[in-house]
Amino acid sequence: MTEEIIIAGFGGQGVLSMGKIMAYSGVMQDMEVSWMPSYGPEMRGGTANVIVIISSERISSPIIKHFDTAIILNQQSLDKFESSIKPGGVLIYDGNGITRHPERKDINVYRVDAAEEASRMNSPKTFNTIVLGGFLKVKPIIKLENVIKGLKKSLPERYHNLIPMNEKALIRGEEIIKEVQKAL
Amino acid sequence: MVEFSGIKEIIKPENLVYKKTRIMTENILSYCPGCGHGTAHRILAEIIDEEGLQSEAIGVSPVGCSVFMYNYLDIDWQEAAHGRAPAVATAIKRLLPDKFVFTYQGDGDLAAIGTAETIHSCNRGENILIIFINNGIYGMTGGQMAPTTLPGMKSSTSPYGRDVKTMGYPLKITDIVATLPGSYYVTRQSVHTAANVKKTKKAIRKAVHYQKLNKGTCLIEIVSNCPSGWKMTPVQSNKWMEENMFPYYPLGDLKTPQE
Amino acid sequence: MEKELRLMKGNEAVAEAAIRAGVDGYFGYPITPQTEIIEYLMEANPAETTGMVVLQAESEIAAINMVYGGAACGKKVMTSSSSPGISLKQEGITYIAGAELPCLIVNVVRGGPGLGTIQPAQSDYFQATKGGGHGDYHLIVLAPASVQEMADFVDLSFELAFKYRNPVMMLSDGAIGQMMEKVYLSPQKERSKTIPEWATTGKPSTRERNIITSLDLDPNRQELFNRKLLAKYDEIREKEVRFEEFQCEDAEYILVAYGTSARVCQKSVQLAREQGIKAGLLRPITLFPFPTKRINELAGKVKGMLSVEMSAGQMVEDVLLSVNGKVPVYHFGRMGGIVTTPEEVVESLKSKLIGD
Repeated sequence: MTEEIIIAGFGGQGVLSMGKIMAYSGVMQDMEVSWMPSYGPEMRGGTANVIVIISSERISSPIIKHFDTAIILNQQSLDKFESSIKPGGVLIYDGNGITRHPERKDINVYRVDAAEEASRMNSPKTFNTIVLGGFLKVKPIIKLENVIKGLKKSLPERYHNLIPMNEKALIRGEEIIKEVQKAL
Repeated sequence: MVEFSGIKEIIKPENLVYKKTRIMTENILSYCPGCGHGTAHRILAEIIDEEGLQSEAIGVSPVGCSVFMYNYLDIDWQEAAHGRAPAVATAIKRLLPDKFVFTYQGDGDLAAIGTAETIHSCNRGENILIIFINNGIYGMTGGQMAPTTLPGMKSSTSPYGRDVKTMGYPLKITDIVATLPGSYYVTRQSVHTAANVKKTKKAIRKAVHYQKLNKGTCLIEIVSNCPSGWKMTPVQSNKWMEENMFPYYPLGDLKTPQE
Repeated sequence: MEKELRLMKGNEAVAEAAIRAGVDGYFGYPITPQTEIIEYLMEANPAETTGMVVLQAESEIAAINMVYGGAACGKKVMTSSSSPGISLKQEGITYIAGAELPCLIVNVVRGGPGLGTIQPAQSDYFQATKGGGHGDYHLIVLAPASVQEMADFVDLSFELAFKYRNPVMMLSDGAIGQMMEKVYLSPQKERSKTIPEWATTGKPSTRERNIITSLDLDPNRQELFNRKLLAKYDEIREKEVRFEEFQCEDAEYILVAYGTSARVCQKSVQLAREQGIKAGLLRPITLFPFPTKRINELAGKVKGMLSVEMSAGQMVEDVLLSVNGKVPVYHFGRMGGIVTTPEEVVESLKSKLIGD
C-alpha cells in the first residue's frame, strides 16, 4: 500500500501541520512515511504545500509530481494541482473562497466545508483537523486511534488539552464530507 | 679576531643584567633590525613566564609578519588564516575556558580583512586578549598600504601618498572596539622606549588578570614602527612614529574597567 | 540501549544526532535550506546537558574558522551551511585540510551558481569531491540518502575524521534536509575526554609545544607534506569506499546516483523492470573515495551506465573514469532546484542507451 498525497493552501491554514499529523499517524501505524514541505520565502503569507507519502514499503522519492489524493484549500492550489491528480484519484477541497470548481471528470471529487464548520463549532483552529477527518472517511488508511496518537506526538505537550476538541473535529469531518463526483 | 682580555672574568651570575626569557625559543627572529615585533614578543613571553602560563597559553598567529610567531614562543600555537584569528580564538576559549587565549595580529589582518571577526568577537565579549600591532603598513608582503596608513603616507600601493579622497581614511579600529559593550579593557601603547615597554607590559599583565576573571575582550594596540616598509633607519623610524603616528593614534587607555 | 524512534526533518536529525554523538561544538550561520540545524541546537540548548557549545557566528567565514580553532584543540566540532555559504567556507576548509584537522562540514545543497535557488540540487559535487578550496587536498565526502543517514553519518563522520585527521563533508541536499521521515536515534554518548597528542591545549612541561599550521615556506618540506597527504588519500581510497547496490546482479544497465537522485532511481529501476528493461542502481555512499573499482567491475557485465544527478553532469566524469571506456556512459539530470522524476530517468535510459 502506498498513498501519495499533496496538501495545499494558504500559509497559516495549517497545511504543514495537517501533513505532520498524517505522517505521525502513519508512524504510529508502523508505516513508512515522508513529509516534504514547500519551503522558503514562498511560504511566508503565500501558498504552502506539503507532500505526504504513507507506504508499507521503503519510500523512494519524497518529491513527486502525481498524487493519489490532493487536499486543496484555496483557489490558487486548485488551479495548480488539479492536473496533478492521477486518473481515478481523489480531490478533496473546501468550497470556501472557491470560484472555479474542479473540472476534471476522471477523478473522484469530494467537498468538505471545513472553514464554515470550524467557525460554526467556534474553534477555527480545528479547521485542518476537520479536513483530515474528511480525508480519513474517503481513504481510511489510518485508524482513528493512531491519528490521536499522531496528534499527541506532533503537538507540543502544552497543547495536549486541545486533543479532545480535535478528536471531535476529526469525527465531524468524517460526517460532513460529501461526494461531489465519481470518476468516469 | 679581536681578543677581549678578561671577558671570562666578567661572565658571572652577579654581573648578569639581561637575559633571554625562558619562554623565548632558540630560534632566530625573522624580523628586520629595529622592528618592534621582537620587543612585543619578548614582553609577552616574560608575562607568560612570570604568571606561570606556559601550560595554559594558546596563541593564535595569523598571516602577517608575525605568522611565524609560533617559532619564537615556547607555548602551544595555532596559525590562522588572514584576519580570522579572533574567530579561531573564540572557539578555543569557548571549548577550553580555563586556558589563556590570545591573538597577535597586524593592522592589515585586524583592521582590513579581519574587521568583521574583530568587531564581532569583541562585541560578543569573547574572553580573549587581542594584541594588535599597528605599524601603518603591510610589512610581510613588502610595504603596501594598510587601513591604518596615515594620510599622505607613501607605500608601494600608495606611491604618491595616501589620498584620502580615493583611498579612504586611516581606520581607528581600537577606538571603535572601545565603544562596544563586550570589550572590557582597551588601550593603546608602544614599545619604542624602556618606559613604554614597561607600560605595555603592565597592560598585558592586566589583560591576563581580567581574562582569569572572565571579564570580556581585552585589546591592546601597540603602535609600532616598520623601518623596512617605511624605508628608514630604526632610529629615524621611531622618531617618525613619534611625530606622525602618535598624533593620529594617541597613546593611552581608551577603555578602563570601572572598579 | 534501545534506539529512539522519531519523525524528524533531515536537518533536525543532524542536530539531534550531533548532541547524542557527544559533539563538543557547533558553529554556524543561517542559510536556507539548512537553518533548522542551528535553530534546533539553539532550542535544545545542549550547553545545559552535554556541555556542547553552540554559537551563531557573524559569517560563514568566521564559523569555519571557529571550527578550525576548535578542531585544533582536539575537539569534535562541526558546522553546516548550504551552497553559497559553503563557497564562503572554502578558505577555512583548505586550511583545515592543510593543518590535518578532523571536523564535520554539512552541506545541504541548493541550486546555483550564485544565489541560485533555495530548492534542492546536487551541483556542488565537484566542489565537495575535488577539493573546493585551493591546493591539493580532498575531503572525505559522505552522501546521505535519507533522514536516517543524516543522523547516522554524524557519528561515522567523526570516526573517519579522527581516524585520518581529515575534514569530512556530509553532502546532503534541500530535499533530505527539509523532509521528515522516521529516524531511529542512537542513545546519548558521553563527550570524549581523550585529548589527541597533537592538540593545542596548553603545553605541559612533559611535551614539546604543539603547533597547528598549514604553512611551510620550504618547497622541499612542503612537497614532502603533499606526498604525505596523497598517501593518506590513497589509504582512504583503499579502505573507506562505501556504496549500496540495488538489483545489480542481473542488470544490463546501471544507474549511478547518490542522495535524493538515488531514491528517485530506485523507483526508476522498478519502472524499467516493469517494462522489461533489466536496470540496476549503484548508489555511492562515499563520493570521495569514489567506488571506482566496483563500477569498473560492473562495467564489464553491463551494456551501459547512466549517471543521474541534479546537476549539469558532474559525477558522470568520475563514472566515465571508472568505466574507462568499457561501455557507453551518459548523464541525465535536472537543474535549477528541480528534482528528477523516476519516469524521466527511464525515458532518458531508453533514449540514450537502449534506442527505440
